[in-house]
Amino acid sequence: MSEEEMMDDEVVKKFMFVNRRAPYGSIYALESLEVVLIAAAFDQDVSLVFSDDGVFQLKKGQETEGVGMKNFSPTYRALEMYDVEKLYVSKASMDERGLTKDDLIVDVEVLGDEALADLMDDQDVIFSF
Amino acid sequence: MSILHTVNKSPFEKSSLDSCLKLAKAGSGVLLIEDGVYGALKGTAREAQIKEAAQNLKLYVLGPDLNARGMTGERVIDGIEIVDYAGFVDLAADHDKVNAWL
Repeated sequence: MSEEEMMDDEVVKKFMFVNRRAPYGSIYALESLEVVLIAAAFDQDVSLVFSDDGVFQLKKGQETEGVGMKNFSPTYRALEMYDVEKLYVSKASMDERGLTKDDLIVDVEVLGDEALADLMDDQDVIFSF
Repeated sequence: MSILHTVNKSPFEKSSLDSCLKLAKAGSGVLLIEDGVYGALKGTAREAQIKEAAQNLKLYVLGPDLNARGMTGERVIDGIEIVDYAGFVDLAADHDKVNAWL
């Protein structure tokens, strides 16, 4: 196989993005979204995990006018258009924070720790934010 | 001499709120801002701790920071007062000093 053919060969890897920070208090949540969209643009197999304070990123009804920051939560709803459809949320993290699936802006799969660990094991690349 | 303590970190991620509550004397104020507002929510694993603290301390939470995070007054533990930016200024002025737990 020539070098040119190699470059044309599409390599698809399993990318997992683990989101563990609340939105707005730091730049992690927003930066993660940026990188997720880049991975999707390169047609990679993308999964998003929301655990610990990361579950707060998906809370419905974010209104940021009062704090003068951009409300980036609608982007989570747009992920589907980029073929990013594998969204997983930690059940333990939601329970600890008093959140239920009804609180979330997008449809997600709620997983226990063991399932999340298995999912993580199955990836080629993991980015933690 | 009363102190207004401000806490801006999530109690689920950092120990700032724990440290603050340990050292805040009865009668002082604790204002939850930025990611600190998550400490003011009902139905969390921290609710009991906050309610106990509220017996000796006056607790406040900054409304604009709550709303940015998709939370409204309905989710806030009863007895915690929601203040706006002007209220924040008044609290700072009404206390002798401000201790910002970062």
